[in-house]
This record gives sequence, C-alpha cells and structure tokens, in this order.
Amino acid sequence: MSTLWPRIEPLLAKVQKPARYIGCEDGMVTPEHAPGKVAWLLVYPDAYEIGLPNQGLQILYEILNERDDAVAERSYAPWLDLDAELRAAGLPLFSVDTHRAATDFDVLAFNLSAELVYTNALNCMDLAGVPVRNADRGPEHPLVVAGGHAAFNPEPLADYVDAFVVGEGEEVVGEITEVLRAWKAAGRTEASRHHVLHELATISGVYVPAMYDVHYAGPHLASVTPRYPDVPERVEKRTVADLADWPYPKHQLVPLMEVVHDRLAVEVFRGCTRGCRFCQAGMITRPVRERPAEQVRTMVHEGLRRTGYDEVSLTSLSTADFSGIERVVTETVEDSGLCGPTSVSLPSLRVDAFTVGVAAQISRARRTGLTFAPEAGTWRMRQVINKLITEDDLFGAVESAFSQGWKRLKLYFLTGLPTESDADTLGIAELAAECVARGKQHTPRASVTASVGGFVPKAHTPFQWFGQNTAGELRRKINLLRDATAKARGVQLKWHDPRASLVEGIASRGDRRVGRVIERVWRAGGTFQEWSECFDLGRWEAAMAAEGLDIDWYVHRHRSEDEVLPWDHIGAGLHKDFLWLDWQASLRAHGLEDCRWTPCYDCGVCTGYGIEHVVASPVPPAGGSQGTGQGVVGVPVRLDSRPPVQVVA
Amino acid sequence: MRLRIRFSKLDKIRFTSHRDVARIWERALRKAAIRVAYTEGFSPHPRLSFGLALPTGHESLAEYLDVEVLDLDGDAADVPERLSAALPVGIAATAAAVLEPGTVSLQEAVVASSWRLTLTGITEDAAHQRTTQALAAPSIVVTRVRKGHQVVDDLRPGIERLAVLPSGPDGVVVEADLATRIRGIRPGELVAACYAGAAEARVLRTHQWIERDGERCEPLAAGAPSSHALGACA
Repeated sequence: MSTLWPRIEPLLAKVQKPARYIGCEDGMVTPEHAPGKVAWLLVYPDAYEIGLPNQGLQILYEILNERDDAVAERSYAPWLDLDAELRAAGLPLFSVDTHRAATDFDVLAFNLSAELVYTNALNCMDLAGVPVRNADRGPEHPLVVAGGHAAFNPEPLADYVDAFVVGEGEEVVGEITEVLRAWKAAGRTEASRHHVLHELATISGVYVPAMYDVHYAGPHLASVTPRYPDVPERVEKRTVADLADWPYPKHQLVPLMEVVHDRLAVEVFRGCTRGCRFCQAGMITRPVRERPAEQVRTMVHEGLRRTGYDEVSLTSLSTADFSGIERVVTETVEDSGLCGPTSVSLPSLRVDAFTVGVAAQISRARRTGLTFAPEAGTWRMRQVINKLITEDDLFGAVESAFSQGWKRLKLYFLTGLPTESDADTLGIAELAAECVARGKQHTPRASVTASVGGFVPKAHTPFQWFGQNTAGELRRKINLLRDATAKARGVQLKWHDPRASLVEGIASRGDRRVGRVIERVWRAGGTFQEWSECFDLGRWEAAMAAEGLDIDWYVHRHRSEDEVLPWDHIGAGLHKDFLWLDWQASLRAHGLEDCRWTPCYDCGVCTGYGIEHVVASPVPPAGGSQGTGQGVVGVPVRLDSRPPVQVVA
Repeated sequence: MRLRIRFSKLDKIRFTSHRDVARIWERALRKAAIRVAYTEGFSPHPRLSFGLALPTGHESLAEYLDVEVLDLDGDAADVPERLSAALPVGIAATAAAVLEPGTVSLQEAVVASSWRLTLTGITEDAAHQRTTQALAAPSIVVTRVRKGHQVVDDLRPGIERLAVLPSGPDGVVVEADLATRIRGIRPGELVAACYAGAAEARVLRTHQWIERDGERCEPLAAGAPSSHALGACA
C-alpha cells in the first residue's frame, strides 16, 4: 500500500502529455487509507482530458471522501504510449491522486458515459490486474462496478462488471459502501464475495448480472430472471428528489493541463421533459429538478473565486429553460466580487430569439460560438422526433444572433431518423442555406456550420424499436448533403463517421452475447474507439462474425412490440406502453408537450417513483414556441397529411 | 504598471507544459485578486508575458513573467505570498517587483540560462573527460530540425560554462550556462552532443541572465533564487 510514483515518474519523460498522470489539481484530496475504510477507485475509461471534467465522477469523489468509512481516488485510461510503458515495466493502472496501484482498492468504479469506451473499460480492468470476466475473479480482486448513462443497457458488459448502478449515484454510493465495509471487515473469501454480490443486488438501483439467468429462444432473448427470491425482477433507477440537498461538486477539480470543458460548471437542473424522442438523456433523467436560484448563485460566485476560472458553464440538458435564467446570468457577469471579466456559457441553447438575447448578454467578456440544435431539416421530421422548433423560432434566433455581431453559427442535425425521406435530409442543407441568407442581411461574412450525426437508437426511448440506418445508407445521405451544400456559399458541412455510429449501434442495444465481441475487439488492440485515429470498424465486424452474431439483426432490424428487449429488466420509470404509444405517435408525426408546464400524461416516472418536478416557475419561459404551450396551440397535435410510414418489419 | 515575478516550478508539476503554466497563472492572479489588464478586441485576454519556455519535464528555480497590472491593492513585496497561496503545489512565486517604464521584455532581454543536469548512464570520470573535450573543441557541429528544415549548427559558441559537480544520489551532476540567443541550446541538445549515451534524470534551471551595462544580472534585482522548497507535491 504505497505510492508507485518513483516507478511511474521515469516513464512520464517518454510519453505525450505527461500532465495527464500527475494529479496535483486544485480540489484534489489526498485521502488517508485505513483498514476500516472502503477504498474506491473511480475510473473514467477515456483519456484524462475527456474524463477530468466529468461532473458525475467529481460529485461521487467528494461525497465518498466526506464519509468516515470511505476514501476515493481517481484514474483515467492511460493513453496508448503509457499503457505500453506500464505493461513493459510490470506496473498496474494507478490512481492520479496518490499514485497507488488499482489493486490496493476495494472497488473499481467505472463511469460509462458512452458505448465506445467499453473496450477501454476492459483494458483498464486488465491493466489493473483484474480478470476481465467477472466469473474469473477471486477474493483477492477488487469488485468492479459501473454507472453512467450507458448503464441503462448494462447487458453488453454483464459478464465483465460485477454490479451496475442504474441512475443517480449520490445516495446509493453510501449504501454500497456500507455493504462493502462489512465485507472488508469480515475478510474477503470466495464465499463472502458471492455473498456481498447477493447483498448488493438487494440495494435499490443496483443490478448484479450474476444474480440473473438469461434464456434465449433462437436468436431472441426470452427472459432475464432473478435467481433468488430477494433479488428484484426489475432494477429501478435511483433518482435524488431534490438537487438542493446535493450542492456538489463543492470543490470542482481545476486541471493543470487543457481539458475539454475547461471552466467552472454548475448544474442548474437535472432531467428534461422536452420529450425529444431520440434523446436518451432526456428520457432516463426525468423528472425535472431545478436547483434553487439562490444556491446556483452561491455555487457560481464561490466556485469562480475559488478556482480563478473566468468562465462558468450553467449545465443541464436545456439551460434556457431554467426558471429565472436571465437573473442568474446578469448577476454573474456583473458580480463585482470577481477579479476581471467573467463569461457564462450555456452548453445547450434553446432555439429562439430570447435565448440569443441571453447569450449576447453573457458573452460580453468573450464572445464564444453559438450552437443550436434543430436536429432535423423539416418541420415534419421535427414533429416525428418531437423537437418542436418552428422555422420562425430558428430564423428568429439566427437573425437575432447575426444582428448582434455573431458571424458564424453552428447547427446540429441528426440523419437516419425514423420515416426520414431524402426531402427531409435535404431540408438540412436548405435550412442551413436559408440561415446564411438571413445572416447576409446583417453581415457579409455570415456563415453556418451544419454538423450532422448518424442517429443511433438508444434503450429506454420511443425509438428503441427502430432499425438503425446502415452505414451505407448514412453515407449516402451525407453525400446527398455534401452535393447539396457544395455550391451553397457560407454553408460548411461536417459529419460524424457512419462506421462509428454502426459500432455504437451494436453496443447500445446489444444483449449479453455482445460482451464477447467487445472482449475480442479489446484483445485485438481496439482501445480508444472514440478517437478516429484508433477506431477500426474491421475489428468489430471480425469479432461479430467470430461470435456468430449478425450485425443486421442487432443494429438494422426494427423490433416488434412484443419483443423482449435486453434492458426490460432495468427500469428508467418510463412505462413500456407509454414509450410504444409515443413511438406510434411519432410515426404519425404527432408532437407531445412538455409536461413540466402542462398536465401530466403519465409517462410513469413521477407516479411510479412518487417524485415530482421541482420547477420554480409555473409558466414556461418567454419567447419562441418550443412546445411550451405559448404560441404553440394546435401545433403538437397537427397531423401530417401523409399516411403514417410503416417501419416495423 | 508592469510587475515582474519570479517563480519556481518543481517536482510533479514539471510535467505541465509552458501553455499549461500560462493558464495556471491567469487563474492564480484572479484568485489572488490582482487585477490584470486585458487586451482589447473580440476576444480579450489578460496581458501576461513569459520569458523563454521551459521544456516540459524540466524543473526551475528561475522562471519569470511580466504582468500588466491595473492596480495592486497592496505592496509589491506581499505579492509572492499572495500568489503562492493561489498557485498549485509545486509552483511558488519567490520574488516580485514593479518594473521601470520602458524595461525590455523578458523575451528580448534574457541572454543565457544556468542549468543543473543530473545524468545517469555515465560515470563521474567520463563526465569530466567529456566536459574537458567539449570545452576544448573549436566547434560542436550538429544537425537539427528548425521550422521543419534540417539545419547544421555549431553548438560550441552557445556553451558559456560547463562544469562537473560532485555526484549526487541520483547521478552525475553537470552545471552549464547556455546561451539563449541566436543559436540557443536546450539542455537536451547539450547532453546528446557532449555526453552521448547519458540520460537526463533531472534538469533544473537555476538562473536566467540578462545584461545591463555589459554586466550579467538577474532579471529581478530582488534576492537571487535559492534552492528551496525542493520536493514539493511529493
């Protein structure tokens, strides 16, 4: 139980960006390990500069270290160069806080925010000296747990992770700690390992795959059933009722090197009921829980003073919807207690003129880029996905931005959506060109970047039954857009690699059998799959073939209503029949209003969990339609004139 | 008014880059409530200027930066303490003074650095021998890449002083004064050219030098840097 630093230090002279591995950040703790304390190693299975800003990991890091019976340190996936150096030197994965070996910890806890990090998670387990398959672990090995959005379909890693946390971790990490403390005190044995897993499976929100039997009927999943009577048939997600009780992180980590999102972040609310049907984050984090404005102000003010940052990001899935957003941003930019100009950034702008007004106000110190996400190019398509932005909303926002001095806007779109026709796809190019044309009235340098991603259906969304477009089809649509924008002056097109979308599709709705594919890709050297220089579709295709699994069946096939889905035993609170009805409504291009300001349509979350929205303002914010009920009367239920498109095979 | 600050960069934090250090300083000045002037324009940034970049991985007792300060709100002598409290472990402000108007920038003024190199893979005797050879050589010609082109340079004129000190626990210790102008030499280049086969276990900048009236002196008149605070952030 000592630091590996003297042995790691000489390796750092040989690798890129050695500051990834030194710790020393403002906000870091140097915990005192002790036999009576459960030692957590919180692992973000991607590069430091991606993982460090992760708020979920930082929140749990603080909550655990505040406990008397726990310590927590952090680790990030070592880049390829250090990975090779560590293996050559016989050194394991280590914490960046005190440079302690991963095996000195009782739990390795992985943050799974996206599917493409799965191979890195396996690599980190292996580098930690832990057998990657949970069945091969013994009493000497730490437990491997995982949480994060991707854990809402845990099955692809069910043979590799001992226990998953479904939902928000603030409360459940304490409950897990108590179980593990008893396990540690009693002495780790083969039998006690099994016992502790069984006990963890009885904690609400904890899913222990080894406690369930999986049956198949041909290629189809037949059932996932608990092996013990006290293990729940369905594991329901955890949700904190009131964000005001959790003002974390209190001491946000300030990295020494440049990272993504290099600014103070204050979460202003959690959950989103805009109801965008493609959006897994919005579906699985319901209901909306706003942080009290006063607490937001305090966290912003104290955070900026403590960190020395000149920028704060007010985070949520749609920050312009925060009650009283204008006041919070005004008070921040005018806060005389701060030394020097301060900017506020809103990571997710709503598309309307009001939002742009707020943006202009907050970026007085430094005018950063403006990004809007209309997501689809035609009104019909936006009704299908329930992103109820009218053209008037978008053009109002765009004109407002260009008239206030912005020269360049970025627009996010998805392609490969249900019922999408070529006219819908081409609508993206037309919309972008129209935005430029309107911008030219204000500035001759007006330009728009249209960023297009291939749609990947996710678990617990109304689109979970939809057969994803093939990589070839996505490529064809991107080429349509390339041709359409080639001559459009001022429109720049960017796109996400359709091959990466294909792999995301394999994992996002995969079942337990996909785990062996992930293992094969990792064993073939396929780590850092989120990085284009490391991504290799060939490895995935070869691994699927070697496991006898069909890519079309997993990714491109439409599911039927009665099909058992691999995540049916995981509960996000949403009734399956609500999701199915919403899926059917989407095929008829029916919109659905935001229930935070309109009557409940019983998606299942609030009623099922006995919780409710925590929203300071009973009325939606001004400006735009946005499915808020203002100026939107009649819109959500407008029927498309065409017959519904049949997509279910 | 312009403030010149000397700082040290030691131990783990030596693995941060020059750019990283610049951002660390921007935050530290805000934390210490020292109001810095900002540039005009679309994207204003604080007016800080650093001397010569310290290669990532090297340590230093003698780094400098100049800051355009709006108002100091206190004595310049208190600045090092205020800043050190705001800086991360491993970086400490050791001196500060207000500059006379018209003082030449660090980039232009610094002519040489003193370095202490700890070498492994070489004996003390061999180090003495190579040092004598290097100092006696009329020229030390190397090929190096500058701006993407291979160029042939003579390193010898840039080696102002070279001496072997008694070995420490970590290896053979060599001290070198290396010019920073025109054909400036980095410590790594010195080792490759003059102590081939040896590796730098540790490289510490101990001084930077400017010339004033033909005399070598420290960029800050206030007390010379001393070897303190080694082993921070351990």
